[in-house]
Amino acid sequence: MRIVRIAGVAVLASLAFAPAKADDAHFCSVPAYLLSTEATLPKVSEAFKARAPIRVLVIGSRSSVLNGPAGVASSYPARFEAALRSKLPGIEISVTTDLHPKETAADVAGKIEKIMQDRKTTLVVWQTGTVDAMRAIDTDDFRVALDSGLAALQKAGADVVLMNLQYNPRMETVLAATNYNDTLRVVAQEHDVPLFDRFSIMRAWSEAGDFDLFAQAHSIGVAARVHDCLGRALSKLVIEAAHINPVELEVR
Amino acid sequence: MTTLTAATPEPKTAPPDAGKLILAPVAGERELRLDLFRGLALWLIFIDHLPPNILTWLTIRNYGFSDATEIFIFISGYTAAFVYSRAMDERGFIISSARIFKRVWQIYVAHVFLFMIYLAEISYIATSFENPLYSEEMGILDFLKHPDVTIIQALLLKFKPVNMDVLPLYIVLMLFLPFALWLMRRLPDVTLALSVLLYALTWQFNLALPAYPHGVWVFNPFAWQLLFLFGAWCALGGARRMAPILASRVTLALAVVYLLFAFYVTLTWHVLQLHGYLPGWLESWMYPINKTDLDVLRFAHFLALAAVTVRFLPKDWPGLTSPWLRPLILCGQHSLEIFCIGVFLAFAGHFILAETSGGAGLHFVISMTGLVIMSCAAWLLSWYKAEVSKSGKRPVVAVSADLVGSSS
Repeated sequence: MRIVRIAGVAVLASLAFAPAKADDAHFCSVPAYLLSTEATLPKVSEAFKARAPIRVLVIGSRSSVLNGPAGVASSYPARFEAALRSKLPGIEISVTTDLHPKETAADVAGKIEKIMQDRKTTLVVWQTGTVDAMRAIDTDDFRVALDSGLAALQKAGADVVLMNLQYNPRMETVLAATNYNDTLRVVAQEHDVPLFDRFSIMRAWSEAGDFDLFAQAHSIGVAARVHDCLGRALSKLVIEAAHINPVELEVR
Repeated sequence: MTTLTAATPEPKTAPPDAGKLILAPVAGERELRLDLFRGLALWLIFIDHLPPNILTWLTIRNYGFSDATEIFIFISGYTAAFVYSRAMDERGFIISSARIFKRVWQIYVAHVFLFMIYLAEISYIATSFENPLYSEEMGILDFLKHPDVTIIQALLLKFKPVNMDVLPLYIVLMLFLPFALWLMRRLPDVTLALSVLLYALTWQFNLALPAYPHGVWVFNPFAWQLLFLFGAWCALGGARRMAPILASRVTLALAVVYLLFAFYVTLTWHVLQLHGYLPGWLESWMYPINKTDLDVLRFAHFLALAAVTVRFLPKDWPGLTSPWLRPLILCGQHSLEIFCIGVFLAFAGHFILAETSGGAGLHFVISMTGLVIMSCAAWLLSWYKAEVSKSGKRPVVAVSADLVGSSS
């Protein structure tokens, strides 16, 4: 288990890694339907109304972080933090990550109570499914693990956003993402939790030509830009699901 | 004989007399509906094996609980029982069993062949594709570092590559067919009852076959045998006995209501706005709809589909001989070969899409090309079979007694 405190470096990262294209409205835009959700985030909403700090914890596996010296700062949790800060000025926002590489949803679900202890977390982003898909865990077992994990998170009093697998076109013959994404979608619906559909969003970018996810890449460049876009998309989903109106901040 | 369950066996003796064929409703004449739907199942399986695209929306799994696998297993059980039961009449238990085992061997070899292609493809990916974005997912290729274990596990049918789950199920089902058939020919209803019992025990005690490196077989043979043996039971007279039930309006109404219900539930998976209209108690009772163990809801959905189909598509429907359905029927008649070609084409399609970064247009072209190649291959196989039969010493009558029936 690795706990990475990234709040501090996030500011640095936003300066160093803000991609040139990021301001272009058309680049890596996400179709509205992928970010709209029926589920809500009451705790985030409350925190916003009270102008209280919003503390986010990302629980995930290896695909929630990039390798290399700049990896942490350019991966999506840090980018999400930066995006949320720029959208909600004046509100204290911190994003922490808690990564469990090579652990299945069941492994992680068993630890959630411990993870959530002594933390005041407003929102948990649970990125899961990749390890389960790699190990071809039975989707029913996967579902049971998600159920118990979500129950533990909700018991701990945090809002939850589920995040599914990455879109990985080169490995579709090897890694069967569909069943796990379907399970995640159904479980999210049942627990009334927003799903950040990372898979469909990345596929939309691939199809729109924003990123060439088929190509071989030795440097971190493309990966960092994808993560930047993911972070910003995630911030949009959270703001939408929490029914936050950033304009209120300007009025004050 | 050219079905998946019975490629080589052909009645090698003179045409069976009418008395022995009493079990078979259409003696000597191929049930084209079976071929049609098995061909359709093969096409749908191929489309489902490609990455999701526009054609995926045509596959039946998006409109209800069951999918092409159910159709495929049921029809294979039906044809296997039909063919080998007749063989048992003519040649006895031992010879027929030997034929079945020969068939099992062929399916096993086909599976190993497909595994080789799979290995070739992923080895290529492992060495030539690198992207820091996917460093986690690349971990799945770690098993290539232990070829000794991986290959042996694959030969033991315990390794489960994506899209290659149906053939191991088949091998197991066929392996036990001689014994099931022996009993079913004597006590059909008892055999079916035993099959249901095994299914129930599977659910009660979680019977399963272990897989490597984790988990269990994708299709649990202990559960899926029910569909296979139900097909066999129908072939050995069950279908005829069920005819009054199938003809009743009540059955039809129940089937249609259930199909609509299943359609609605499936719709809520895709149209999130509808989800609120599904009561919570129903969800908690219904989910998960387990494919590995052939959920009752899936089985019932297949039965409802079959009941409606049988009702509205009579055996002598003229459309069955139309040239438009010919490709489907031909594919259904050579199911093992076409299934393997389909899996191979799905791999190849993935490869082309990945190499060319192809979009939706190319995707569509690849899907259609795959279907055309499968149909041409089926046509070629039929043609070859007919030629061999013509030049063989076998009397022509035997050919027509053969279920091929279509080469004329």
